[in-house]
Amino acid sequence: MSADGTVATAERAAAANLATVRTRRNFFADGALAIASGAALAIVLAILTVILFDTIRHGLPHLSLSFLTEAPREGMTQGGIFPAIIGMVEMVILMTLAGVPIGVATAIYLHEYASPVSPLTRAIRIAVANLAGVPSIVFGLFGLGFFVQFLGAGIDKAFFHGEKVYGQPALIWAAATMAVLTLPVVIVATEEALRAVPRELREASLALGATKFQTIFNVVVPQASAGILTGTILAVSRGAGEVAPILFTGAAYFLPLLPKGLSSQFMSPSYHVYVLSTQSPDVDATKPILYATVLVLLGLTFTLNIAAVVVRARMRRRAGVAA
Amino acid sequence: MHAVTTPEGAITIARQKRRSNARLTMPQTTKPPRLTLARAPFWHRAAEWLLHALAVSAVVAIVLILVFIAKEAAPILYAKVVRDEVTLGKMWVPQLWPGYDESSSVWQPVSDIPKFGLWPLILGTIKVTIVSMAVSVPLGVGAAVYVSQYARPRTGEIVKPIVELLAGIPSVVLGFFALMVMASWFQDLFHLESRLNALVSGVALSFAVIPVIFTLSEEALRAVPRSYVEASIALGAARWQTIARVILPAASPGIAAGVALGLGRAVGETMIVLMASGNAAIVSASFADSARTISATIAAELAEVVFGGAHYTVLFFLGTLLFLVTFGINSVGDWAIRRMKRRLGSAT
Repeated sequence: MSADGTVATAERAAAANLATVRTRRNFFADGALAIASGAALAIVLAILTVILFDTIRHGLPHLSLSFLTEAPREGMTQGGIFPAIIGMVEMVILMTLAGVPIGVATAIYLHEYASPVSPLTRAIRIAVANLAGVPSIVFGLFGLGFFVQFLGAGIDKAFFHGEKVYGQPALIWAAATMAVLTLPVVIVATEEALRAVPRELREASLALGATKFQTIFNVVVPQASAGILTGTILAVSRGAGEVAPILFTGAAYFLPLLPKGLSSQFMSPSYHVYVLSTQSPDVDATKPILYATVLVLLGLTFTLNIAAVVVRARMRRRAGVAA
Repeated sequence: MHAVTTPEGAITIARQKRRSNARLTMPQTTKPPRLTLARAPFWHRAAEWLLHALAVSAVVAIVLILVFIAKEAAPILYAKVVRDEVTLGKMWVPQLWPGYDESSSVWQPVSDIPKFGLWPLILGTIKVTIVSMAVSVPLGVGAAVYVSQYARPRTGEIVKPIVELLAGIPSVVLGFFALMVMASWFQDLFHLESRLNALVSGVALSFAVIPVIFTLSEEALRAVPRSYVEASIALGAARWQTIARVILPAASPGIAAGVALGLGRAVGETMIVLMASGNAAIVSASFADSARTISATIAAELAEVVFGGAHYTVLFFLGTLLFLVTFGINSVGDWAIRRMKRRLGSAT
């Protein structure tokens, strides 16, 4: 970073030495560009601040331990969001179990095995890039069409004599849909981490007689674990906040009981916010609960994102030292 | 190992490239000599096979997505139950509906005579997207210019993760904020007739798009080789001239990529629009009117339709349309990123 600073200073000094540059027009144009771009940044930061401030101001007074540990009462105007938190946790755990291993495997294949120019590698890279851009509502349609109607109904036909067990929106299908949605997040983060592992480590391992597979799993992957963790954290953050993919694949507005199994529906704070703020008959009565739920959601995603930034920064610093 | 990405390294490389015969003396990155290694045990190879099989999952996923959405939309081409109510032509061409004076495109899927005219939805999507891009492009690119050109490196290190936090806000939270807070502000400020409209939802949507544009633009601006800047200043250009005429054009493929990916996000984003746009399927050019987008229509209506019916099929058709449009936009963005990386070269 110091290098960057010196270059910038040198450049500024160079600019100052050229007398021709210091015309009045340039002086104003320079100032205008700096102010305009600075204002753009200030607005972006202000947006974030206002959202955060508004949520904390209205949400904090209603946030309490009982809010987190009680079920909703009196038509959602009283009580807490305990079942929603449990539902989200269960969904996110299932999503991680399903998605992270596949994402990590893909990244390992891309970075350690695949030839960078083979058509398959290209196809995988294009698919990953485009998967990241598929609208979340399309994932919802896909989850309904593939997981619920095709896989779920297929399982019912094969094992439950056509009785509807898995052929309907369920926890497992919401988690599976979300796993597909977060796949690119895991792949990109893992691959970045693999790239940061110094080649010398691989060579040393191979020189000691380890097979490629042993090298990757005993040397490379442990070195990249911080990156895998980053990817997982970001995926969890995304999964906890998305609503559109679980709209038709498993989320429920209100359930008196916690999910009993993989085929149950579940509540989720993000879906809770959507339903409560758009379909509540009495918005004023639910407003405190709504704000508190938003605060929980925002606090969770911010914490996770900051954690990801910290882990990644530490990883980069270490990679820098190693190189 | 990433020495090359630091500005210092970039300069060294650039300088080495400038001396035409330097190439000869540059150390070639030689491949390590190939050794014959011990034969791996069987289960290693089995595990590697599994790895390879899992690696195609992303490709499988994207194909399955298209196949299974298109499969549910396909009956519109052949199923009689569906075609009695709606055909491709009826969706695209304005119809003369009973009770209307002239032929028009109307979206009224649940009425005595279901009407599936797509134009109100397409116009709504375009309107909201225009607003969001008009806000997010100047803000995203402007902030990127400031961070990459004016701010100190340390400031940049702090600001970038903060903007990424904006990207981390769940869209339902942005939608909630637009619905509860911004809508009232906008109504007071502009004296709007309807509280929820294309303007509010477009501005809220831009909050989700800004980080995409900012991150990619900043990366592209930072990747412009120092030698370009040095050359420009050596020629007597002022700082703003260097930025406007050298750095921005050099980074334009990366910025274009950011704008394209941001556009893809804007077109497909659901929850913000669903909550803040008012969802009235009307044909209107005014941004102050309520609007209904394709994505919001799917989200709002799919839960209440009969499986396999006309309405269900049309909603999946809309999903297919959305998938193809965003796929196209994202492919352009992705292509622009690759091009930038190739052009700014080996530096990254």
